[in-house]
Amino acid sequence: MNRFGSRHLLPYFIPACAVLAALLIGAMMLAALGASPLKGYGVMISAAFGSLDGLSTTAVKSIPLLLVGVGICIAFRANVINIGGEGQMVMGALFATVASLAFPHLPAFALLPIVLLAGAMGGALLGAVPGALKAYFNVSEILSTIMLNIVAVQIMNFLLRGPLIDPGEIMRGTRIPQTARLSQNADLPMLFEGLRMHAGVIVALLAAVAAYILLWRTSLGFRLRSVGLSPDAARYAGIPVRRSIIIALAFSGAMAGLAGAVLVFGSESHRMVTDGSSTGFTGSAGFNGIVVALFAGLHPLWSIPSSLLFGGMLVGANALQRAVQVPSALVIALNGLIVVFVVSSEFFRRRSRPQPSEESLRLAPSTQAGWEAVVDPPVGLKRFSGTNEREMNAHE
Amino acid sequence: MPMSDYFTATILIATVASGIRLATPFLLASLGESLGQRSGVLNLGVDGVMLLGAFGAYYAVLQTGSLMLGVIVGLLIGTFMGLLYAFISVTLQAEQGVSGIGIYLFGLGMSDLLFQKLVGTPRPIVPFPPLKIPLLSDIPVIGEMLFEHSLIVYMAFALVPIATLVITRTTYGMNVRAAGENPEAADSLGVSVSAVRYSTSIIGNTLAGLAGAALAIELGIFQQNLTNAMGFIAVALVYFGAWRPIGVMAGSLVFGIVASIVLQCKTVGIIPRSASDLAAMAPAVITILALVVVASRFHQPAALAKPFVREG
Repeated sequence: MNRFGSRHLLPYFIPACAVLAALLIGAMMLAALGASPLKGYGVMISAAFGSLDGLSTTAVKSIPLLLVGVGICIAFRANVINIGGEGQMVMGALFATVASLAFPHLPAFALLPIVLLAGAMGGALLGAVPGALKAYFNVSEILSTIMLNIVAVQIMNFLLRGPLIDPGEIMRGTRIPQTARLSQNADLPMLFEGLRMHAGVIVALLAAVAAYILLWRTSLGFRLRSVGLSPDAARYAGIPVRRSIIIALAFSGAMAGLAGAVLVFGSESHRMVTDGSSTGFTGSAGFNGIVVALFAGLHPLWSIPSSLLFGGMLVGANALQRAVQVPSALVIALNGLIVVFVVSSEFFRRRSRPQPSEESLRLAPSTQAGWEAVVDPPVGLKRFSGTNEREMNAHE
Repeated sequence: MPMSDYFTATILIATVASGIRLATPFLLASLGESLGQRSGVLNLGVDGVMLLGAFGAYYAVLQTGSLMLGVIVGLLIGTFMGLLYAFISVTLQAEQGVSGIGIYLFGLGMSDLLFQKLVGTPRPIVPFPPLKIPLLSDIPVIGEMLFEHSLIVYMAFALVPIATLVITRTTYGMNVRAAGENPEAADSLGVSVSAVRYSTSIIGNTLAGLAGAALAIELGIFQQNLTNAMGFIAVALVYFGAWRPIGVMAGSLVFGIVASIVLQCKTVGIIPRSASDLAAMAPAVITILALVVVASRFHQPAALAKPFVREG
């Protein structure tokens, strides 16, 4: 078959069209709000990508999106829908914060890995719970991850208003729910003089590469993807389906937890603060990471440019607010439209590729894997449903 | 003062009454969601639709002062979003676990955008007046608890028996269940699965819009992310209630009354503010436990979240 034929290009073309369509609607919204769409988008692009300063801000904004997105890639590839990124980020941040408060005097080379690991562990724990509930009790992970978001936020509010609150806040009587300034040894080092880009960028890039290797270069990744493509086939091949589901969600949560940790230790105040909601801390990255991953075709490496695009939109949105007085919430609405358009465009993609039997070929781990697999989200994702789970339990 | 003195009849009555009020948006939204799920459509965008409905209602009331108009605007926004969601999930067969998140983000951003652009600083509106039901509201204790609410509260609870009747006793209800359990069989008997799912998505989202309107007008205010994940809880309540209107109502009441107890304890000062955060997560934990029980005892509609593709 022709590598460069339309059948290969189309899958890349369709998500791009989805984004273009969303941007077009955004332009109409800008016009309706009395701002020039051209000027608006111009301001956004130049703010996000037009200067070194802008680029480094964009990179920083992209970190949590990339980390969560990479986690979403792992989960969705294994056919588990992780909506719990928000809670996992919060939990990761809390674990990391507690770790830095526990060992404030450790030197940076020891403390930094400890806090990042703690963050990943916090997220992994919160991810493993819905994984276990799905694997052993047949509870839909969509719902349990959403519920755990609420649980995580309340734990955060409790800890930051009570046990972890900055003693100074109590002394002053202001009681702002935030920690004290955390140990300087856990600050993510700045990469360049005078720019806001910090070492979190490297953490996120390494995580994306690690996730790619995990998914396509290890037998564990092969097992996860097999479970995603067909739980039944995977089981007959002797793959432990239940354990794979838990592992996928734990890895996914670990990435989100890492994102939470990076948010705390890369923040300008170097504290963890809550406004009572999860969005106040995460900036909706737990949800926007889903957008990043979908746009990247559920591929960790493609998630890198994808996260830069969406991070740039966030940076541009702030400039938009200043330049043409359009609230930055516009970008959240546009992200929503992009999700809708990308998943709706699956319809056209399916119609352009009539033989589904070919998908099973891509299970072969050697030559077929890698970049070619980029274009295929797991078959199971499309027919995700309770019946798979029931059959699964019936067989085991 | 001994703790027991706080739990006088007045506080108990106030707690239950406000619990019922707080349960109303949950009830409306999850009744709509359960109808959709019964027909095989999972809608995770409820929270976004609620936010849009809430803003629409708030803005309409702010501009005209007419509560009725506010409710209608909330309803219509829901209807429109229902049509849109049906097109996405039924016609375009998008993955429903994800497209709903798109709808949520759209509603979250759009309602905030419009609020900032059109209103700016929060201005309160006049909430619903309580409507005392003659005779019934004169019953001591119970009257005050149950029969001094706003019209929309009565409407929401009246919908429970209506929804039960429609789902279990009418042809339409049977078609809905067939579309959710075995769309192929329904199709072979001449039931249009698409039409049924369009209708449930529209009704369900209309109720979500109404839930948003009820919330905004009850609180008399709109702000960014007003619902704070209430719509997601409404989706979970459908599982909590095992897809039955009466179960959904029980779940909504649990959430409403727990929320009201937490609020009440906070204002009376029985528990410190920080511990009330822990209490506030009780409903979520209860729901997760309920999900475990429900998943082992009941089965979800077999075709839930599965697009129906006609063979041939």
